[in-house]
Amino acid sequence: MNEHAAAAVHISGVSKVFGKGGTHALDDIDLELQPGEFVSLIGPSGCGKSTLLRVIGDLIEPSAGEVKIGGKTAHQARLDRDYGMVFQDPVLYDWRTVARNIGLPLEMMGWDRRRRDERVAEMLGLVELGGFERHHPWQLSGGMQQRVAIARALSFEPGLLLMDEPFGALDEMTRERMNMELLRIWGASGSTVVFVTHSIAEAVFLSTRVVVMSPRPGRVAGIVTVDVPYPRVFETREDARFFELVTAVRELLRGAPAASAGVEA
Amino acid sequence: MRGFGARGLRDWLPPAALFVLGLVAWQQAVNVFDIQRFLLPRPTDIWSAWRGQWGALWSAGWYTFQEALWGFVAGCGAGIAVALALARWRPLGTALMPYAIAANAIPIIAFAPIANAWFGIEQGSKIAIAAVLCFFPVLINVLRGLTSVRPSSIELMRSYAAGDFAVFRKVRLPNALPYLFSALKVASVLAMIGAIVGEYFGGDQRQLGIQIKNSAALFNFETAWAAIIVACILGIAFYLAVSLAERLAMRTYPARGAQG
Repeated sequence: MNEHAAAAVHISGVSKVFGKGGTHALDDIDLELQPGEFVSLIGPSGCGKSTLLRVIGDLIEPSAGEVKIGGKTAHQARLDRDYGMVFQDPVLYDWRTVARNIGLPLEMMGWDRRRRDERVAEMLGLVELGGFERHHPWQLSGGMQQRVAIARALSFEPGLLLMDEPFGALDEMTRERMNMELLRIWGASGSTVVFVTHSIAEAVFLSTRVVVMSPRPGRVAGIVTVDVPYPRVFETREDARFFELVTAVRELLRGAPAASAGVEA
Repeated sequence: MRGFGARGLRDWLPPAALFVLGLVAWQQAVNVFDIQRFLLPRPTDIWSAWRGQWGALWSAGWYTFQEALWGFVAGCGAGIAVALALARWRPLGTALMPYAIAANAIPIIAFAPIANAWFGIEQGSKIAIAAVLCFFPVLINVLRGLTSVRPSSIELMRSYAAGDFAVFRKVRLPNALPYLFSALKVASVLAMIGAIVGEYFGGDQRQLGIQIKNSAALFNFETAWAAIIVACILGIAFYLAVSLAERLAMRTYPARGAQG
């Protein structure tokens, strides 16, 4: 256990079966994330990537195996609020203002009003939503709502950010802009990120490593290390190495043997 | 955000004009077609009955309104309390809901004569009928509001290590608020109906329902109509008061129809 104490996330032998003799969502997953890494989970629908994310967050109990976050059990890490979560649907509460949505976790943690206000102002600056604090979520665009959700997840400075297809509902242009913003925020916060997506380009563009999963049962088909240097910019998407890695991920998704450069099986 | 400027006036003018036009048409129709007064009295005759018995009508109205109000308070209060209990203990809710829905289909007003025996022929029985009418829509709507929370909302709260009570206070309760108010608006109308119809089955002479019944029986149709108008005004005022409370309580919610 001690040898893994430094790992941001340590997953060993995790399986998940829903119901008695039901769907085999995850099968014997092993994965380790170092602090500060940005790891994407990619795979077709039903490959268990969202389930794995929820197992890491202790929102779903694994049938077998264990998850350690910074050396703690996933359950303890949840109770200690060691991670922030962002969903595909921003899950903002309509009756709360933008500021009070961002301050929700701080409220739960018993921060007093003044500290909360200060942090919320800081977060609004980080996601470039200054001036919108008194708006309500339903007055914002989809991209802005998701930025509020990211600000909320980062407001209590968790070391780990769990993101479940956060930009899946956005149009392509907004999505690319949000990717740039996310990289900037990740750089500024230094958190470890686990990012679920089904966009190959998005996974490669963002990540230090891309974990490719295959469905029924959900397994790790291979891991692609993205050796394109940061900061990644708009032109990165036109880079030859970027294309090679996108191809590598695509081939793994098609079930081809791990032959390309940068791939470990 | 509706103002009282030009826009507000444009919204109010057509119905107001239609109202005046309708009254004039009614008056003329009674004159021209020589409609019998027990079928339809002239608006001007109703107006003089109304002026002549102003005090008696309004004191009867107030008496009946109190019954409706207390029935509303008791019925809605009980509906909210039971909804909270059923949302907390779901198996209980699943066991009881079919009966609640079946009970809702019973024509409660048919029980009015029996309610007289149970709760007394004075205000008690009327309050009871109004309360039972209010109870079910409030129960069913509030329960739906408390339980129709998106699963991701609950997951988000759990990711903050929130307990059941925090989820209840910060998610379920605010989520139920729009459902509660639409039920309260329905209940405000039902409470007035319950009180007045309950009165038809006897009780104090000051009651509005008795006034309507007795005036009609005595061929005093103008007074019966005036009493019905008093009942309408009180019912509408009750409804508007609940709507106003809704607007105040839900200032921070999306406008109706825009809610996703």
